[in-house]
Amino acid sequence: MDFLRPDSWADALAAKAEHPDAVPIAGGTDVMVELNFDRRRPAALLDLTRVDDLSQWYQQDGLVRLGAGVTFARLISELGDQLPGLAMASRTVGSPQIRNRGTVGGNLGTASPAGDAHPALLAAGAEVEVESVRGSRRMPVSDFYVGVKRNALEPDELIRAVWIAPATGPQQYSKIGTRNAMVIAVCAFGLALHPSRKTVGTGIGSAAPTPRVAAQAGTFAANALEEAGLWESRGELPPSLAQEFAEQVQAAASPIDDIRGSAAYRLLSLSVMARRCLVWAWTDYRKAA
Amino acid sequence: MTTVIARPESHTKVIGGRVGDSPQRPDGNLKVRGEFAYSSDLWMEGMLWGVTLRSPHPYARIRSIDIGPALATPGVSAVLTHEDVPGEKLYGMDIADQPVLAIDVVRYQGEPVALVAANHPEVARQAAKKIRVDYEVYEPVTDPIEALGHPGWNPGQHSTAPVVQVVELNAERARLHPNGNLVRHLKIRKGDPAPVADVVVVGEYEVGMQDQAFLGPESGLAFPAEDGGVELHVATQWLHSDQQQMCLALGLPPEKVRLTLAGVGGAFGGREDLSMHVHACLLTLHTGKPVKMVYHREESFFGHVHRHPATMRYEHGATGDGVLVYVKAAIYLDGGAYTSSTPAVVANAGTLGIGPYVVPNVQVDCFGSYTNNPPCGAMRGFGAVQVAFAYEAQMDRLAAELGMDPVELRCRNAMTEGAQAPTGQVIDSAAPVEELLRRVQSMPMPAEHPAAGDTDLRALPGGVSNVTHGESVVRGVGYAVTYKNIGFSEGFDDYSTARVRLEVVNGEPTVTVHTAAAEVGQGLVTVEQQIARTELAVDRVVVHGKDTRVGSGGSTSASRQTYVTGGAVKAACEKVRDVLLGMARRQLGHTIAGLRLDDGKVVSDGEGVVAAIADVLGDRVIEETLQWRHRPTEPIDPETGQGFAHVQYAFSAHRAVVDVDVELGLVKVVALDCAQDVGKAINPEAVVGQIQGGSAQGLGLAIMEEVIVTGGMIRNPSFTDYLLPTMLDMPPMKIAVLEYADPHAPYGLRGVGEPPTISSGPAVAAAIRQAVGKPLSRVPIRPEHITGT
Repeated sequence: MDFLRPDSWADALAAKAEHPDAVPIAGGTDVMVELNFDRRRPAALLDLTRVDDLSQWYQQDGLVRLGAGVTFARLISELGDQLPGLAMASRTVGSPQIRNRGTVGGNLGTASPAGDAHPALLAAGAEVEVESVRGSRRMPVSDFYVGVKRNALEPDELIRAVWIAPATGPQQYSKIGTRNAMVIAVCAFGLALHPSRKTVGTGIGSAAPTPRVAAQAGTFAANALEEAGLWESRGELPPSLAQEFAEQVQAAASPIDDIRGSAAYRLLSLSVMARRCLVWAWTDYRKAA
Repeated sequence: MTTVIARPESHTKVIGGRVGDSPQRPDGNLKVRGEFAYSSDLWMEGMLWGVTLRSPHPYARIRSIDIGPALATPGVSAVLTHEDVPGEKLYGMDIADQPVLAIDVVRYQGEPVALVAANHPEVARQAAKKIRVDYEVYEPVTDPIEALGHPGWNPGQHSTAPVVQVVELNAERARLHPNGNLVRHLKIRKGDPAPVADVVVVGEYEVGMQDQAFLGPESGLAFPAEDGGVELHVATQWLHSDQQQMCLALGLPPEKVRLTLAGVGGAFGGREDLSMHVHACLLTLHTGKPVKMVYHREESFFGHVHRHPATMRYEHGATGDGVLVYVKAAIYLDGGAYTSSTPAVVANAGTLGIGPYVVPNVQVDCFGSYTNNPPCGAMRGFGAVQVAFAYEAQMDRLAAELGMDPVELRCRNAMTEGAQAPTGQVIDSAAPVEELLRRVQSMPMPAEHPAAGDTDLRALPGGVSNVTHGESVVRGVGYAVTYKNIGFSEGFDDYSTARVRLEVVNGEPTVTVHTAAAEVGQGLVTVEQQIARTELAVDRVVVHGKDTRVGSGGSTSASRQTYVTGGAVKAACEKVRDVLLGMARRQLGHTIAGLRLDDGKVVSDGEGVVAAIADVLGDRVIEETLQWRHRPTEPIDPETGQGFAHVQYAFSAHRAVVDVDVELGLVKVVALDCAQDVGKAINPEAVVGQIQGGSAQGLGLAIMEEVIVTGGMIRNPSFTDYLLPTMLDMPPMKIAVLEYADPHAPYGLRGVGEPPTISSGPAVAAAIRQAVGKPLSRVPIRPEHITGT
């Protein structure tokens, strides 16, 4: 197995173009497990840890540009204010050791439906910036997931950054696991209120072949809040609204039975999380008045 | 011969402390810093790496094995099959029925089929993939009740009819072993065979397959010796049992098969059976080179036995005021493909099957069966764990039926000293069942969970996964009490050997303790030092490395080593002391009454210090080796289960407090408090550590730990999906350690390691039931059970 170690982004793109079967590796928290279990024997590994640019984040054009190599630990400590949903998701990733190594870019590269960051990225309406020697492109994160553990990358492309608008309203994230820390999601839910646009962002994890948005649920909630004038009044959230939202989120999922949980439990817990997240977010929104 | 590096030298480090003290253990800092040398760290110049090819099928006939392509792989030195086993091809601890390498049939997924040695582990692994095994795949036998030809049960049936009916198996293929699929049927028949009671409760219970989940995978290093024999450094629980089985398989006499204990990364019963021992030796004898084998994590799930899953049906009858009249139980334990220690596990589950209660009429039928599921054998608690879930749930059910407090009901029926066990054995030392329950009952309760929204997420079900801020969280409290036999039972010749040497080194009297009793992380080397220091009043005590150059120390299991090897060290020290005092008397030339040792001196009450030990010894060496046995036990009657089967009983009780998000089915154990009688705490801090660790292991089985097996296949062989409790799952504990001396045991001590593993899980399950209000008759309790999904 070749071990490619570019020290600049340009070299990384060149290496990927030359070795399209090379597997990029940053924190290694997914890739090394696959290698150790002998589930994968790629022809080459493309080590991205020497590309400084990837581990930076900064604001540009009113958005946070998050380098693909920023770790979950840094997301928690540095971006909790601007990206609260993603920071909450990051807190649920593995152990402290894993959070010190694992990156958002890694979550996207693996594109597992159980990746912890995905529901938060979907709810926030993030975009993914990918690049190859042929050029750069940006796509909504919802277009990035194309199948079970498959993403929209071309063989010569690398994930460079994620673009996310800083939160303008409350965000929430919930994850079900069968122990109280260090656990893979049985299912997960992300929610972001966008009061400036009067929209409700959603994201579902581990309850479909890919992470996905509960689009109808979000539209329903946004419209119901609008019709009742609640965005302006910041009045109490009608329980029936939260309940209907929860049911629509549930309807957007298509989970399976597996060793981590039954499909029926995933549906149940997803609706409970959706309801609670909306209630918590709305309570925060009212307090912020 | 080049030296083996990475031996656990730390064990020989001198630490302070006498019996009753809590000296810091010699391996503690090394382990915390990651510097302790485990068996997987062994290394020798020029060594090869051995790997095992395992069966992908739970049940299949092997038509042929083609090793050609694997053997032709560059870097490969050997590829071996059953044809290369020079001695007995079947091994086992008591019953030799497990092939060293599969011969014609594989009976479980992961059964070893062939071995490869190569110059690099990756070369060996890839070569193993080239071995072509042609299998004729059979439908596996996976139900331990059907495997015996017993009819399934009618759940919830409230009948007093016999619970066991036997029908013949007619599928010839389903006979997994020549004598059928029954490993053992243990019967207890005590009192009235047709008792009647005012109140009867019936329950059916299931316990999933738990794994020992030790962190140090099976590993060791074998190398050839100049005398044609073989040396093996290995992580194990009983060097001499390994040696005996290895000699048979290798066709070598004991003096040519020498074992040394390497650093053991946990055991919990999972290292009682052989794993890579014979395999590494076969490869080393075949190649003439050192061979190292280390299982990876996934392989480890296939490389050792698990805790028997259990299916149990219980019927309890009591008077209207809550006095137990009878208990009937049918217990099925799935032994998997080979015998391992199933017969003894069946004996424990059967004889301990109704818990520490006085019951005049008892009928227990406990079965162990062969199936094509993973082999099951020893794990901490050893048969007592499974039944405790059932009998304690029954006690709660009975209390509810009677409208009684569950603790009150237990106390009303609690064993006391002098009580009769279901085997007819009289409990002839302390049995403080009621006191243990009252102790945990009277411990302060944890604070109520705060109102929604005001609390640290880590204190709530789900932790930082942020699933509840207090919504739907209901508290529950549950109790459980248990007892467990200590040491080997049923007439087993359960002894340990100790060699103790006293000499002057650099002017200082020095004791060397040599036993073969395995230190697996429980702290035995510390205890051995404490005992020698106490008995010989010498500060400098060294524990010799553990190996087969001294006689057997017996198994590090059944909570027996402090008792039996501790007893052997104590007895050997006493013998050395007698010799030393005799020398002192002779040197003094006259008789002094009441000579004893104190702080490096020979003293008498009348004359004070008589001489320094170093001066008495001079350049002479006193060395004594002896075997020490606890009092004998007896086999039990095969028809009635009556007999003096167990040498000692240990008792513990737990109170669990849980917060359950009843809408999501997620659990936070808020408190798990324990009271345990240990007879005498030789090392109080180590005792508390055993209680904490054991309690966590029991909690794990109650709510998360399960090897999930479908169609004979393990579906979660990794720590990603075999979940162990973390710091956020296991609460800090309040622990009451009672010391009621057992007059039959050295220092009055009782074995400590297992009881807390037994009573903690049932207490957690009881607390969840109380919070949720559902029967929850299967453990681990999953969110699906609580939420009905």
